[in-house]
Amino acid sequence: MLQMTHISKVFRTDLVQTHALRDFSLNVKEGEFVAVTGPSGSGKTTFLNIAGLLETFDTGSYLLDGKDVSHLSDDARSRLRNEKIGFIFQGFNLIPDLSVFDNVDVPLRYRGFDGKERRRRIEGALEQVGLASRAKHLPSQLSGGQQQRVAIARALAGTPRVLFADEPTGNLDSLMARQVLEMLEEINTRGTTIVMVTHDPELARRAHRNIHVMDGQVSDFTDFSQAAAARDALAA
Amino acid sequence: MLAHNLFLAWKSLRKNPVLSLLMIGAIGLGIGVCMTTLTVYTLMSNNPIPEKSGVLHAVQLDSWDPNEACGEPNLPPSQLNWRDAQALLKSDIPKRQVAMFRSGFAVQEPSNKLPAFLAEARVTTRDFFEMFQVPFIHGGGWDASADRDQQQLVVLTKKTNDKVFGGTNSVGKMLKLDDREYRVVGVTEDWNPTPKFYDLNNGSFAKPEELYVPFGLVEPLELKSFGNTNGWKPEQINSYQDFLNAEEVWLQYWAELPDAKTREAYQAFIDQYVSEQKKLGRYPRPLNNRLTNVVDWMRVNDVVTEDSKVLLGLSFLFLAVCLLNIVGLLLSKFLGKSGETALRRALGATRWQIMQKNLVEVGLIGLIGGLLGLLLAFAGLQGVKQLYRGYERLVQLNGELLLVALGIALASSLVAGLYPAWRAARLAPAGLLKTQ
Repeated sequence: MLQMTHISKVFRTDLVQTHALRDFSLNVKEGEFVAVTGPSGSGKTTFLNIAGLLETFDTGSYLLDGKDVSHLSDDARSRLRNEKIGFIFQGFNLIPDLSVFDNVDVPLRYRGFDGKERRRRIEGALEQVGLASRAKHLPSQLSGGQQQRVAIARALAGTPRVLFADEPTGNLDSLMARQVLEMLEEINTRGTTIVMVTHDPELARRAHRNIHVMDGQVSDFTDFSQAAAARDALAA
Repeated sequence: MLAHNLFLAWKSLRKNPVLSLLMIGAIGLGIGVCMTTLTVYTLMSNNPIPEKSGVLHAVQLDSWDPNEACGEPNLPPSQLNWRDAQALLKSDIPKRQVAMFRSGFAVQEPSNKLPAFLAEARVTTRDFFEMFQVPFIHGGGWDASADRDQQQLVVLTKKTNDKVFGGTNSVGKMLKLDDREYRVVGVTEDWNPTPKFYDLNNGSFAKPEELYVPFGLVEPLELKSFGNTNGWKPEQINSYQDFLNAEEVWLQYWAELPDAKTREAYQAFIDQYVSEQKKLGRYPRPLNNRLTNVVDWMRVNDVVTEDSKVLLGLSFLFLAVCLLNIVGLLLSKFLGKSGETALRRALGATRWQIMQKNLVEVGLIGLIGGLLGLLLAFAGLQGVKQLYRGYERLVQLNGELLLVALGIALASSLVAGLYPAWRAARLAPAGLLKTQ
């Protein structure tokens, strides 16, 4: 699904150059749930921005769902984001003036769906996150967990191929965090690839694979699915 | 998408009412000032007879002082004297031609129920009505014999007919002008060419006269001019006949010359006429006879004053200053919403879609500002009416100007919004999402 090879990204100012990613390579298979961990400033967010086509890179190659995105125009990247990618942010990033329904509607409008199709998708997505009855509420009338579920519904409504989650539980208490994580796991079991950036090792362990990033490079990775399989085999 | 963007724009305006009102107020003020001056300017520079403005020509003969031109630069007088007008009327080169002047009569309606009133009148040859396309409700103008045979006929305007005959068809009825009986031959519709191009000597924006009588009556009835009379040398005038024979100019003269050939022929005719007059000791200046079409005539006579032009320029400058302020406010508004913009970009909006959304908001501000501007322009025009008596007829907003106002408001606000909308659309979404 994601094939990044020798990606590098340098942020330049008049005085300094910061190598956010250097020779970064990563392959995420379709249907995987990958956690990306690492200390602050390690390059996790830059990786996520590049993977989510929000940022360009300097060198290397990146195939998203088999398509080389290295030289796409800004418009083409926007279309690809809209069609194939869903985002979940730590701060929920809902538009405060719009109702829950209208927030979920935002990416669908840019997709060009007609009103009937949009309504079907919005209602389906809100149903999926258990907020169908809150469609007319404003974000400020919802709890943090509910707001994050609206963000998940917004990401799901467009039926993305891959979901990028940046600290999705960072602003939630433990109970709500667990609910959100369970929801992500359920989405993943339905076939959506998930790449989640997190600081929380507990959350990372729930993923199939944990990629550890340090100084803009993949420093280590742990395959929890193989470990789990080995554990299961030993137990048997 | 437009409807949705309008919905978002409306929400955005309501979210920050103070900023929105500031922008709407700035556009409204700019548009209000612009429309006030533009309304006056447009009506001043209006072509009052577009279908014929190229073929109607004011006739000027330079009978003036040998040492000093009548006007600068080297302009002949804008009116003719009696003798020259009589001579020119004999030409059959123009398709139509008219000699005329402003006069006035005491009008007495036949039943004597109403008190007599003073009415402004135009004393004119018969071609006036066809030449200047005067529309009639009843009857029409007089025929050539009326000018020749000194028939006491009159054409009334609708207003005068309403006043004297209660709006009925008065053709054939009699009324008294200065105690003489006149027969009504026609009633004109409301006809109000602005500017009053055919007689700029007596007020460029004056109302048309209230009735018309044949030019043939001038000499027998010794009709007096109520308009401007100018001369360049002292003359002994002891009788009406002395006045008619003097070099004093007081008659407006127009010729309808349908094509270049006729125009050339008529120019040759008047030059020939003046050359002959020179032999008789008249016309001491070099040949300087002019035929000037309507548009040029208004320009030569400075119908649009320099003040109006300067004011118009200043008002658009003021609008530009308002727009510059709006550019700053819009930049602050759009960049203040950079988090939302970044989110929309992340969710798949292209830069153009972000620009469209912002421009719709700017357009809405412009339209509301335009409506406010119209209210201010209306108030401004009332002020102009109070300040400048005689301009009352000019200072009215018509449907066309209302559309122009909204068009200018929309266009100027979109121009002002282009840069802020473009800047907002160019924001890199990656760095802004965390802070949203």
